[in-house]
Amino acid sequence: MSNELIQIKPHPPAGDWTETKPDFRKGTWCYSATPQNLAYLELPNPRPWQPSEQDWKLPENWKEILLTGMKERLEKYRSFRLFMDICVRCGACADKCHFYLGSGDPKNMPVLRAELLRSVYRRYFTTTGRMFGELAGARELTEDVVKEWFYYFYQCTECRRCSVYCPYGIDTAEITMIGRELLNLIGCNTNWVLDPAAKCYRVGNHLGIPPHSLKDNLDFAVDELEEITGVRVDVPIGKKGAEILFVAPSADYFVTPHYYTLLGYLALFHEIGLDYTFSAYASEGGNFGLFSSHDLMKRLNAKIYEEAKRLKVKWILGGECGHMWRVINQYMDTMNGPADFLETPVSPITGTRFDHVRSTKMLHIAEFTADLIHEGKIKLDPRRNDHWRVTYHDSCNPARAMGLLEEPRYILRNACNHFHEMPESTIREHTFCCGSGSGLGTDENLEMRLRGGYPRAMAVKHVKEHHDVNLLACICAIDKATLPPLLEYWVPGVEVAGVHELLGNALVMKGEKPRTTDLRGQPLQTAEEEPAHA
Amino acid sequence: MKNKPAIAFLIAATPACAGFTLALFPQARLPIAAAVAYAACCFFIVGIQSRVLRWANTPVPFRIPTTAGQQKSLAWIRPAKLDNPATGIAATGRMALEILCFRSLFRNTGARITKDRMIFRESLGLWLAAILFHWSFLLIFLRHLRFFVEPIPAFVFWLEKLDSPIDVGFPHLFVSDITFLAGVGYLCWRRFADPAVRYISLVSDYLALWLLLGIGATGVYMRYWGHVNVAGIKQFALGLATFSPTLPQGISPVFFAHLFLVCVLAVYIPSGKIMHGAGVWLSPTRNLANNNRAVRHVNPWNAPVKTHTYAEWQEENKDKLKSAGIPLEEDDV
Ligand code: SF4
Ligand code: SF4
Repeated sequence: MSNELIQIKPHPPAGDWTETKPDFRKGTWCYSATPQNLAYLELPNPRPWQPSEQDWKLPENWKEILLTGMKERLEKYRSFRLFMDICVRCGACADKCHFYLGSGDPKNMPVLRAELLRSVYRRYFTTTGRMFGELAGARELTEDVVKEWFYYFYQCTECRRCSVYCPYGIDTAEITMIGRELLNLIGCNTNWVLDPAAKCYRVGNHLGIPPHSLKDNLDFAVDELEEITGVRVDVPIGKKGAEILFVAPSADYFVTPHYYTLLGYLALFHEIGLDYTFSAYASEGGNFGLFSSHDLMKRLNAKIYEEAKRLKVKWILGGECGHMWRVINQYMDTMNGPADFLETPVSPITGTRFDHVRSTKMLHIAEFTADLIHEGKIKLDPRRNDHWRVTYHDSCNPARAMGLLEEPRYILRNACNHFHEMPESTIREHTFCCGSGSGLGTDENLEMRLRGGYPRAMAVKHVKEHHDVNLLACICAIDKATLPPLLEYWVPGVEVAGVHELLGNALVMKGEKPRTTDLRGQPLQTAEEEPAHA
Repeated sequence: MKNKPAIAFLIAATPACAGFTLALFPQARLPIAAAVAYAACCFFIVGIQSRVLRWANTPVPFRIPTTAGQQKSLAWIRPAKLDNPATGIAATGRMALEILCFRSLFRNTGARITKDRMIFRESLGLWLAAILFHWSFLLIFLRHLRFFVEPIPAFVFWLEKLDSPIDVGFPHLFVSDITFLAGVGYLCWRRFADPAVRYISLVSDYLALWLLLGIGATGVYMRYWGHVNVAGIKQFALGLATFSPTLPQGISPVFFAHLFLVCVLAVYIPSGKIMHGAGVWLSPTRNLANNNRAVRHVNPWNAPVKTHTYAEWQEENKDKLKSAGIPLEEDDV
């Protein structure tokens, strides 16, 4: 096994942290955003440049822009102002960050990541900092500081693990978000964030799938599902007057293993006879705006309510995605609501009224499905998942920005016979990030991703060794994209799947043929003679 | 910056030395001691007030609690009421747990990477030291009311009883004196001994510790060894509290060191990290209910943004939509 990455120096270097500079070596940073993407989104300072170059081609008055931007945000966000003021540097957050654990770089301790900004805050916005300078922990804003911000704010996945342990709830993710917002003001952004954002804005989804290809993909999925189950399902797009608008992350239409989750959704919706529709305009639930600025997040998110209104649906159902749900749970209603043109979601199958979403009117599919199972409205045959020994990875956002912990587990326990939890310190609110969230999941950043994902991978290794686990289930599109290479590197032999893929495997459908394969087309452990009973 | 602990020590030593020096000048003692005490007091009150008001006046645009347990969703799933509060009352409970018991610190684990493993262990030293230190500090602070209020409030006697459960020594040994020094001592030791914590420390982090240690040391010395003129000190304190300061003879120089250290701490508090005591109440990741999807949170400055509307989008994609058979919005055609 490859161990060379984990030659981590446990001790910080001698001297002061203000004296070290980031080393932009390949594998630890993401490429800059292209001028076209910036221009399309009307963001400032479009130009060709790369972080590894000396000259970042900042605008002439970059310092003034940053300081004005900081001032504005200090006045707009209590979180930001408070978090700048009250950290006691106790270090409780330090060894909570997967990037610190995996890289040993002290500036990846959440507290120091925040100090990168805090030191500048002290210098320009506090009396003691202005008067006593370095003695008060203040430092000048220089181009080197800007580079350092860029390096470390794009080595934070905004996972909030540090915030769980901080005695004051200081959320370094929030500080990173503001830090990235500031960098955006002078055109220092990454393409892996802004390219999907631009495509989402222009075409409707991150992958830039135009309407006709979306239709082709969904048609293809219908054919494939028919081949596996013998049941032909109907997939409406843009159907006016449907009861429910379904919004999923676009990777589900296009990429594996996400695609098998899509098959799971389609099978489920057909089986329960749901009156729903996809949308080509709002064909993205994910929101890479979250990784760039609050404004961009709002611009991308606005589509969902606009489309729900146009299609005159009653409520919205959302697919498996992590950061999408951070946006929906914490921002959507505030930013783009009130959704007074919709109704409080009621399950047309079970009659359950989902009062906890009565304002946003958007329900998570795990909540929806858990209710179906609990009310006995679907038949499941968990033996069809017997070839999988499953563990569950809590994605950061549903865990720490929502608290969606039990619903997916309930589904898994009903859909699988072999389910094993990873160690307590690595699941639920303690969950470790995949290491590639918040727009860091690009190939040029691979070394950092492998490092950041190390703690998660070790927990998977633990259940693999103790319980022969060979599948990690999750409810996040970024996880599904980035955990397979991570696990292949650290824990070969463990695959990644969505919860609704496993549900789709187990789902007993009316009129189906005996299943010989799972949704991936892999043979079942025991081929079925006749339709099984739950 | 090199030698942060030493620099902080020098800064903290200055008021102590000033105190000792002042004791040499009988004439100057009263006016200077009183002036410093009043100035520090004003600074403290105005400083804290303005800091807290500035926080309070900054809006909370989004409701962003860090959820640390199961949400309230389906009726048959048990929510973690306090770690993921669904109502304002539950959020208050979460805050109480945080402020009184340091809930989040109690979660602390140490994580370490060995060759091919991650190792976690319980790590409650910081939590314990913090609890000891903060509660002792509160107790000591309240006990000091006996110097400032006459007649001494009954609860102060109660607290003193509580604080010296066994009659050892004379004067009676207060448990809080020991736990205070133990707590601060551990925090100090940790700041030096843990390389990561040392690396993140600023001069002000050491300064706060040195001041607290100095205050504790001078206080403990006066109570148990110094045989200081307690009645005289009380007269001075009462005089300050009633705005008619007097200073009897025979007051120990150590008292002036103690006083000045407290004054410097009071001046430092509003501008430094000790403000966490006020800030934690306002922390948006802790004091809000996670009920965004049930109750709309309003952002007072909800920024207007440019969006790509459906009409524009349909216009740009009309042919593709038609070829795919996706229905168009008639009004926009
Ligand atoms: S846990 Fe909180 S207070 Fe302690 S160092 Fe980290 S951010 Fe600062
Ligand atoms: S949010 Fe996550 S990645 Fe960012 S500093 Fe905190 S623990 Fe590290």
